[in-house]
Amino acid sequence: MGRRISYREALREALRDALQSDPRVFLMGEDVGCYGGTYAVSKGLLEEFGPERIRDTPLSELGFVGAGIGAALGGMRPIVEIMTVNFSLLALDPIVNSAAMLHHMSGGQFSVPLVIRMATGAGRQVAAQHSNSFEGWYAHVPGLRVLSPATVEDARGMLKAALADPDPVLIFEHAQLYNSEGELPVDETLPVDIASARVHRGGTDVSLITHGGSLPKALQAAGQLAEQGISAEVIDLRVLRPLDDATIMASVRKCRRAVLVDEGWRSGSLAAEVMARISEQAFFDLDAPLARVCSEEVPIPYARHMEEAALPQVSKIVAAVQAVMGASV
Amino acid sequence: MSKMKVPAPPSGAVPWEKPFALSILADMLCIRRMEERAAELYGQQKIRGFLHLYIGEEAVATGALRALTPDDNVVATYREHGHALLRGIKMNAIMAEMFGKQDGCSRGRGGSMHLFDRASRFFGGQGIVGGGLPLAVGLALADKLSSRRALSACFFGEGAVAEGAFHEAMNLAALWQLPVLFCCENNLYAMGTALARSESQTDLCTKAAAYGVSTVSVDGMDVVAVHETVLRAAGQVRELSRPIFVEFRTFRFRAHSMFDPELYRDKEEIEAWKTRGPIHTYSARLKEQGSLSEDEFLALDAAAQAEVETAVVFAEASAWEPVEDLLRDVHTTQGEA
Repeated sequence: MGRRISYREALREALRDALQSDPRVFLMGEDVGCYGGTYAVSKGLLEEFGPERIRDTPLSELGFVGAGIGAALGGMRPIVEIMTVNFSLLALDPIVNSAAMLHHMSGGQFSVPLVIRMATGAGRQVAAQHSNSFEGWYAHVPGLRVLSPATVEDARGMLKAALADPDPVLIFEHAQLYNSEGELPVDETLPVDIASARVHRGGTDVSLITHGGSLPKALQAAGQLAEQGISAEVIDLRVLRPLDDATIMASVRKCRRAVLVDEGWRSGSLAAEVMARISEQAFFDLDAPLARVCSEEVPIPYARHMEEAALPQVSKIVAAVQAVMGASV
Repeated sequence: MSKMKVPAPPSGAVPWEKPFALSILADMLCIRRMEERAAELYGQQKIRGFLHLYIGEEAVATGALRALTPDDNVVATYREHGHALLRGIKMNAIMAEMFGKQDGCSRGRGGSMHLFDRASRFFGGQGIVGGGLPLAVGLALADKLSSRRALSACFFGEGAVAEGAFHEAMNLAALWQLPVLFCCENNLYAMGTALARSESQTDLCTKAAAYGVSTVSVDGMDVVAVHETVLRAAGQVRELSRPIFVEFRTFRFRAHSMFDPELYRDKEEIEAWKTRGPIHTYSARLKEQGSLSEDEFLALDAAAQAEVETAVVFAEASAWEPVEDLLRDVHTTQGEA
């Protein structure tokens, strides 16, 4: 393996690369410049690239996301940063009604080559209005591509691929991952694909299907299950729209059991969509009912013990797998 | 409902050479005849969905769009048939779009509300009130960052000033000194809600001025005043790379859409505004100064009606897109963008 790097540094290097290699690229969002980025992802870039290309915005999500769409229509390659997924709800109109629909409703005449990055997820005791995982909502919308980088390799590589996409791409960065570290591949310049899921850990008894901030939890659970003689295969979805059915079904057909792990709320969740697809495409390959570990149906509470209880945890994943193994026919 | 005080009809000399003056009249007639026919076709169920007519407001698009250049960007609303036509979309393609046919300017995927044209930099046809404003800001930002001298003209109704998008767009355009020409078509009614029933401050220029945006208000029924005002404003936007807000005081003679029973305003008010109609008042001024004869008027009107009939025949004859193509144009085919 190659260089060891943090998720945050990987994102920053990707931004620097993009800004250096294409004059049409600029970064725009709240506190991306003088402040250095809310999660310090863009720290130092203002000094390097100047205020035109590292553009601080007012607290105006509807306005600057819409402006990002307009700039993309005008030939630029904007990267818009939204501070957290909860604030992106103020920009749902331009994202859904404009970015996702313009290509289609113009009869294919206009494209919106826009990248929107935002922090997502819970686990830092920042309570109800800063802790959600709405990436599943966005994955509902035709015309958008939705990415969930969980590894430093994807944090480093996905931006380049997203900028090469002629259509809008949303990148969700789980807030718990910024400090995580990993090793990049030896050839760091290898492009990553933004179309497929990846088998992160091979196994034969159960498919643990997850993404983003839940990947480390699923991997930890797989380690514990191995000690109990249960071989879990961990699938990192990576791309939430369009979903890579082939990789999911290949794993499920092999393992014959599947547990979904997703930090979104259970009802109407991304996990529900993946389960529906497995039911449609691999029902007769299953040896047990499908199961999922999602966030409980409650606004995310502040108190630490309550927040932990609301979120997918390693113990819950292990228990869900054990139940599925016990339920096997 | 109290009867509105309606100002005197536009009057005075038309300071234009005859060919230009008549071409302006021809443009307004084309919009009017196209839309009157569209209303009939709606009754015949050839056109479906929403149909928002611009009848009565033609002087605004006509006078304003003549002040722009081909490099400028235009963003409009769902009441945009006239803007689309004068920006350069062929009437055939507009009519076919309203029919939902594949020769429509948006391949039948957009309909009346979503006319688009890449060649003439016409960015819709936006169906969300206020939604076009941030897009225009972004288009202007792209021009500024690329050192192009184009401007972005954004048309919107007075109803949009109640949306957050209006305020965010004003602030960004002024803060970043962007070349946006904000064109507010104040026809006094946001669907069925009169301005005074929806705004605590009914002086729209005051709102824009609060963001440091220069403003000007003009009689939107007077195509001469509209054109001269926008010509000056557009020059300043380009010269100074700064936004300007133009209020066009106008009135729509028809209902909001074909579903609207018009319970919110009385016929007297509409009739009073019709005395200020942009086409007949302009024609009268031209005739008075000897720039237009009745025969010339009739010839222009006949030409407009003939163009409309040609467009209807074209739209009728155009094919329906095969349903097998349903999923196309959700994403860009790589290499196309």
